[in-house]
Amino acid sequence: MRFLPLTNADREEMLSKIGASCVDDLYRDVPAKVLLKSPVALPHHKSEQEVEAYFEKLAAKNIRAGSVPFFIGGGAYRHHVPALVDHLIQRGEFLTSYTPYQPEISQGTLQYLYEFQTQVALITGMEVANASLYDGSTGAGEAVLMAHRLTKRKKVILSGNLHPHYREVIRTLTQYGEEVIETLSPNVNEPHAALSALSAAVDDETSCVVVQNPDFFGHVQDLRFLADACHAKGALLVTVVTEVISLGLLQSPGSMGADIVVCEGQSIGNGLNFGGPYLGLFATREAFLRQMPGRICGETVDKDGQRGFVLTLSTREQHIRREKATSNICTNSGLTSLAFCIHMTLLGEKGFRHLATINHRNAVRLKSSLESLSGLKVLNQAFFNEISVMLPKNAAETVEQLAKKGILAGVPASRLYPEESKLVNVLVLAATETVSEETISKLVLAFKEIL
Amino acid sequence: MHKTSTGNRALELKEPLLFEIGTSEKIGVDLESIESFAFALGGIERNEPIGLVGLSEPETMRHFTRLSRKNYAIDLGIYPLGSCTMKHNPRINEKIARAPALSDVHPLQPQSTVQGSLAVMAELSHWLMQLCGMSAVALSPKAGAHGELCGLMTIRAALEHKGDVRREYVLVPESAHGTNPATATLCGYKVRPIPANSRGRVDLKAFRSALSSDVAAIMLTNPNTCGLFEEDILTIAEDVHKAGAFFYCDGANFNAIVGKVRPGDLGIDAMHINLHKTFSTPHGGGGPGSGPVVFSSSLAPFVPVPYLVQANDSLRLIEEKSSDTKNFGRLTAFHGQMGMFLRALSYMLSHGSDGLRQVAEDAVLNANYVLARLKDIMTPSFKGPCMHEALFDDRFLKGTGVETLDFAKAMIDEGFHPMTMYFPLVVHGAMLIEPTETESKQSLDQLIESLRALAQAAQSGDTARFKDAPHFAPVKRMDETRAARTPVLRWKKNQSFEKIS
Repeated sequence: MRFLPLTNADREEMLSKIGASCVDDLYRDVPAKVLLKSPVALPHHKSEQEVEAYFEKLAAKNIRAGSVPFFIGGGAYRHHVPALVDHLIQRGEFLTSYTPYQPEISQGTLQYLYEFQTQVALITGMEVANASLYDGSTGAGEAVLMAHRLTKRKKVILSGNLHPHYREVIRTLTQYGEEVIETLSPNVNEPHAALSALSAAVDDETSCVVVQNPDFFGHVQDLRFLADACHAKGALLVTVVTEVISLGLLQSPGSMGADIVVCEGQSIGNGLNFGGPYLGLFATREAFLRQMPGRICGETVDKDGQRGFVLTLSTREQHIRREKATSNICTNSGLTSLAFCIHMTLLGEKGFRHLATINHRNAVRLKSSLESLSGLKVLNQAFFNEISVMLPKNAAETVEQLAKKGILAGVPASRLYPEESKLVNVLVLAATETVSEETISKLVLAFKEIL
Repeated sequence: MHKTSTGNRALELKEPLLFEIGTSEKIGVDLESIESFAFALGGIERNEPIGLVGLSEPETMRHFTRLSRKNYAIDLGIYPLGSCTMKHNPRINEKIARAPALSDVHPLQPQSTVQGSLAVMAELSHWLMQLCGMSAVALSPKAGAHGELCGLMTIRAALEHKGDVRREYVLVPESAHGTNPATATLCGYKVRPIPANSRGRVDLKAFRSALSSDVAAIMLTNPNTCGLFEEDILTIAEDVHKAGAFFYCDGANFNAIVGKVRPGDLGIDAMHINLHKTFSTPHGGGGPGSGPVVFSSSLAPFVPVPYLVQANDSLRLIEEKSSDTKNFGRLTAFHGQMGMFLRALSYMLSHGSDGLRQVAEDAVLNANYVLARLKDIMTPSFKGPCMHEALFDDRFLKGTGVETLDFAKAMIDEGFHPMTMYFPLVVHGAMLIEPTETESKQSLDQLIESLRALAQAAQSGDTARFKDAPHFAPVKRMDETRAARTPVLRWKKNQSFEKIS
C-alpha cells in the first residue's frame, strides 16, 4: 500500500516501545461487540492503473461540455482557464498547506488572500471583502443573516428573478430564526416592472432585499432606484452576481448602492466541475465589517517591523465565540480563491474588460441569430452574456431533443422553477467566450429542425 | 552578517504585493480581437476603471511561485495538527479530478448526459454508507461545519414531523470543536454544555442530568477531541434514544476508526465526514472542504435535496422537495463538491476496505508511539492509550516561563508546523498531536527527538530559543492586536500602514 510508509518491522518495534502486543490493544476502549474483526464488505485495494481504468469507464458515460455546442449557464459558466492557473494551484505549497493559523510559515497563503480581497473589493465596488465563502448561494444566506444582525429586523424580500437555488438556500438558512421571507414572483418579460414591484414592497420592517444582476433570466438593470428605496426605509440592499465576469463591463453593484455584494466567483479560474467546488465572494461596507462572516486576512507588522499578513478579527468566528459566533463557518474556499486570484492577475484591468466584452458580443450574436428563427422570441433587451427565449413548445423536452442531436442548448427555466407554468416554454442560454459562430450556427440549424 | 541590497537571502526571496508590481496595462492572456459593436447593456456600461492590475505570464509565474515558497505544506513536512488529519494528498486524486469528461461537466446538463458523474456520486455514497453502517447519505454539504448544519437540520425536521416541537436544547461537550455550538445556534437551538470527567470522556452523570425531555440531540465527537474513544457511547446512545432525542456525531476524528468501527453500530443517527480529513482531499490553504453526512434509517426521509435515486437503468438526482416527501430543503446551489467526491473516491478505491482498515490502525499506532516516547518528559493529560491523536497539557512547562505558544513557535524553527494549541479547552495550554498514518517511523522519530530537546531546554532554563520564536521563519511573530484594532484588509493607492495607525 504505497501511501502507508510503516513496514511490519516498524509496527512491531513501535508496539514493543508502546508496550502493546498488538494494535487492537490500543482499541481497548472500544466495546468488543462493535470492533470489526475483518475489513468492511467493500472491494480491496486497487492499483493506480485499475483506479484510472475505473474512472475512465465512468467518464465515458458523460457528455463533456466542451465536446459539443454548449450554451448552459444558470449560475455556473463555462470559461477558458489559462494553463498557468491550474499549474500554479497544484504546487504542493499551495495544494497541501493548511489554514494559515501560523502566519510565520503561511505568508504565501496570507499574501494572496490579501491580494484576492483587494481584487474582490475592486470589482464589486465595495470597501471590504472577506477571504471567500463556500459559494454564491451560501454567501447569499450569510448576507441575509448579516443584514438581520445589522438592522435588527427580520423580514427579507427576495426578487422573483433571483436564482431559485439561492432563494432556497436563504430559506433553509433562516428557517429557524423567526425570519419572514417574502418572495416575489419571477417575471421574465418585464424585468423593470419586477424591480419596481420589489422597491414598492420595501417597508419599515424590511431588513434587506436580495436581487440578482444580471438576473436568472439574463436581464441587466440599473439598481440605483431600488437601493434608494431600501435606504429610505432603513433596509439594506444585497446584490447577487452569479456571473462575475459581468463586472468587467457593467457598473459595479457598489456604485449602484449595494450594501452587501455576494458573487459566485467560479467563472474566474475555475472549471464547471459539475457544481463544485465553487467560490463565494463577499464584500460590504467598512462600517459593517464586524458583522461580516467568514475568514478575513489583514495587514500588520512582525516584531522586526516587517510587513506581513494574518487572519484577523477572529473574535467573530466559531473557534473563539462558539455559540455566539457570526456564523459556524470554518473553511473558506482556499484553492478556488487562489485560482481566481491568479486568473485575475493574468487578465488584469485590460484583460478583464476585454474578456467581458467578448462574452457580451457573443451573446449579442446569439440573440440576433436566434431572432432569425420564427416561432421563438428572445425576451431580453439589456443583458450581459445570458438570454431567455420563449419557445413555441416545452423547453425541457426541447433541451432533451437537442441533447440527442449532440447540442447542450441551455437551461429550461422549469428545471429551476418547476411550479411556474408560465415559464414552461422558457429556455435560458449563455454565450461565453467559448461559444463560436460555428456553434451558434449549429444551434440555429438544430432549432430549425425541431421547432 | 551583512544585509543584501535586495533584502533577499539566497533562496529566501522577498515578494511585493501584486498591486505594487502589476500595472493597468500588463496582461498575461491572449484574447481574440473584437471589432466594435453596439452594446445591449441597458446603459449601465462601466465608465470608470476598476483599478485592477495585471502581469505577463512569466511575471505571474514568479509572483505566485515566490509566494508559495513562504508556505509550509504536507509535501514538505509533518503537520502534527490534532483534529485536522493532515495526511498525504495522493496525486492520482488530482489526475482523476481533472479528467476532462469528469471536470468539464455542467451541473445543469440534462441528467442523461451526466450519468458518469452521477455514478461517481452513487459509488461514493455506497462506500460512505458501508464504512459507516448507515442507511442514507447527503452529499451536498460544502464543508464539515456545513455538514453539521445538515445533520442538525435533518434532526429538527424529523422531530417537527413527529410534532415534537418543545425540544429547545442540544447537548454539547465542553471539549467540542467551536463549530458544534455555533451550528446548534444557527439551527435555533440553545446549547447545554456537558463537562468531561477526570478520564477525559463525557461525564456520564452530568450527561444524564442534562438529558431532559427538552433535548433535541446530543452532538458528540468520537473519538473525542482529547483523542479518546468514548467508552460509554453505547449507553449514551441508548439513553439519548430513550429520551426521544437524536445522536449527532462529529466525524472529524473518523480516521481513528475507519474500517474498525461503524458509527451506525454505535447508535449514531447522523454523522458528517470531512473528506478533506479522513479521505485525503487537499486542504488547499484553507479550503475547499466537503462534508457529506450519513444518516440512520429514522432520519433518511428528511435529508435535504438534492439526493440520488436509481430509476430503472439510470441514476436520477431529485432536486426539488415535493408535497409527498419530507426533505427539509436545500443547503447549497447545485449538487455538492464534485471535485472532492472524485478525489475521495479515488482515495477509497486505491486503499480498498483492507487499506482503509490499515489506515486507522497505523494512525492509532503512530499517535501512541509519539505518546509513549514523550510521556516521560511532557505531560499527557490522560492515562492510557490514545486513539489517533495524543493530548498533552502545559504542566511540564510549569515554572519555566515558557508557555504553550512559545513552545509551539519554537517548533517552527525546528522545521515543523506546530501541533494544535489551546484546543480542546478542557485542559490548560493544550497540545494535541495527530501524526496520521502517512508519517514514516523516521519522520516520527525526528519529531519526537525535537520535542524532547525542546522540553529539555525549557526545563533546564535554556529559554532563549523560545522567547520571541520563531527566529528563522520568513517573518517573525506578528502583531495580531494591531491587525484587529486597525483592520487593513486590502491594498489601496497611497495607503500607508504607518499613516493609518
